[in-house]
Amino acid sequence: MLQLSREELLQAYRRMKTIREFEERLHVEFGNGEFPGFVHLYAGEEASAVGVCQQLKEDVDYIASTHRGHGHSIAKGCDVDAMMLEIFGKQGGLCKGKGGSMHIADLDKGMMGANGIVGGGPPLVCGAALSAKHLKTGGVAIAFVGDGGSNQGTTFEAMNLAAVWKLPAIFIFENNGYAESTASSWSVASGDIAKRADAFGMPGKIVNGHDFFAVYEAAKEAIDRAREGEGPSLLEFKLNRYYGHFEGDAQTYRGKDEVKRLRQEKDCLKLFRSRVTETQLLDERQFAEIDDEVTGLIENAVMKAKAAPYPTAAELHTDVYVSY
Amino acid sequence: MARKLSFRNAVNEALALEMERDSRVIVMGEDVSGGTGSPGETDAWGGPFGVTKGLSKRFPDQVLDTPISESGFIGAAVGAAASGLRPVAELMFVDFMGVCFDQIFNQAAKFRYMFGGKATTPVVIRCMIGGGYRAAAQHSQILYSVFTHIPGLKCAVPSSPYEAKGLLIQAIREDDPVMFFEHKMLYDVEEEVPEGAYTIPFGEANLLREGKDVTIVALGRMVMLAMQAADALAKDKITCDVIDPRTTSPLDVDTILDSVENTGRLVVVDESHPRCSMATDIAALVAQEAFDALKAPIQMVTAPHTPVPFSPALEDLYLPSADKISAAVRKIRQKAAA
Repeated sequence: MLQLSREELLQAYRRMKTIREFEERLHVEFGNGEFPGFVHLYAGEEASAVGVCQQLKEDVDYIASTHRGHGHSIAKGCDVDAMMLEIFGKQGGLCKGKGGSMHIADLDKGMMGANGIVGGGPPLVCGAALSAKHLKTGGVAIAFVGDGGSNQGTTFEAMNLAAVWKLPAIFIFENNGYAESTASSWSVASGDIAKRADAFGMPGKIVNGHDFFAVYEAAKEAIDRAREGEGPSLLEFKLNRYYGHFEGDAQTYRGKDEVKRLRQEKDCLKLFRSRVTETQLLDERQFAEIDDEVTGLIENAVMKAKAAPYPTAAELHTDVYVSY
Repeated sequence: MARKLSFRNAVNEALALEMERDSRVIVMGEDVSGGTGSPGETDAWGGPFGVTKGLSKRFPDQVLDTPISESGFIGAAVGAAASGLRPVAELMFVDFMGVCFDQIFNQAAKFRYMFGGKATTPVVIRCMIGGGYRAAAQHSQILYSVFTHIPGLKCAVPSSPYEAKGLLIQAIREDDPVMFFEHKMLYDVEEEVPEGAYTIPFGEANLLREGKDVTIVALGRMVMLAMQAADALAKDKITCDVIDPRTTSPLDVDTILDSVENTGRLVVVDESHPRCSMATDIAALVAQEAFDALKAPIQMVTAPHTPVPFSPALEDLYLPSADKISAAVRKIRQKAAA
């Protein structure tokens, strides 16, 4: 169970559960027509975001995310109420309702944004890592990339640049098996994305992305290496998403009962609970308390989002420039 | 006696002064130093035109060579700007925007708005523009109108060494992303340039010459040609206002409108292709805002709707010239007199 304290285990579970509840609830509310837009849910992948981000510092460490950015935002400490308001397009949203689900971000928390462009994040992460190196903050910068983004030229360029400049950057590929509707087993010519690390002269590792502890351990090694000035690493997390590419995706490309089986057999939250209760570090009662607490938190966030007003017309024209 | 400086060295001096003033200012790009990792000398190039020559020796921690990966390092400059540095990235030729445009127009330009005002992205992207170097279709374009179209970006088009230094220092001190367009045929042009740091504010056009008959608005290298045309026309007692907007975003519309109110005639000179260009943009603004003042149709002097040709014979035909500008002025001058 590594060296994690009870408090850290509880925090990890709370964050994973918060992401799960947030996403499950969005699925319902979107289905009810409560908010519009392109929405990509992270449910099923929670161990990745939390296993990595729990080890990051709010002020000096940066992450950049993908289309599927809610989980990374919550894991990096973004305010859940403000996130819900943002996704509903309401006043008080994390980005004043101007970004929405696909651009959710909070630079004050080192969260450089979900990104509407596949492969948009990795070059930006090189920049954040360059800032950390140049300003000697001790920070690291992490690009979360999907299996789809793994095939983008920007990703290759960024990995090469990070290695050439020996940046404190980490490239984490969340391989959930599908880029939109296309199987990664078909679209990733190398089979495993991790094999590509060799090509850029950095260590690469395949990790069971359903296993919080495996994720935590692999991320720790890469983060330590980056902080010590030894350069970038690549991690490939094999995991799965429970929903479609976007909300409204009929997912006819998936196998029969695929998601049902994943929920039963590979669920990262169930796995976490059983691993931790086996060791008697925490008991079921403590998990149940967190479940209740999180349900209330999300219910409250949804109620606030539904009640909140939309942005005023004046907001259309602000925040384009610092000055113009 | 006042000191003369080339456009090339004016840019170099602006970068040096700003790197000296603020260690967060870093210069990055392909061969901005040159020679990195090679057995010969470092600082081998200073960029393909020697603009950044000498800077890597003076500021070894602030001048970074990059691999040839425009998406990678332009994106890195944007990410670094959003996380505490003030990078000046050199894209080399603006034509290379094709391989990194996403990082400029979808990322840098939109951060502040998408993130609800929390992002500040003080990045400058320098690039070379323009024809006349016999550099053909993929190394000679203008393209500033493409960037001007994008909310969130600012665009500066310096027309002389003095302008280049003042506008670049201003660009580096801006808290918004700035595209900085240097016409490669201006690099050897010299004029008096003050030694210390000075800034030229964005969005304030320069009225270089005053006249009463026609307003000529020109950008970048076209300003020099417009001045030559105005000189020639003055011999025939045709006098012109010559306006250099300096920045296309923000654009000083007022100075242009004030001038047209006085002259009643407008010639816009733009080395771009004619459609969806700064020429059409300025013509449209004047038609909307000063239609009643116009005594003749607005004239545009632009390149044609073709790629930039290689052959000197063809490229000379392609580019606007002082003669073409004079002809456009005479055409609307005669029309009004008739």
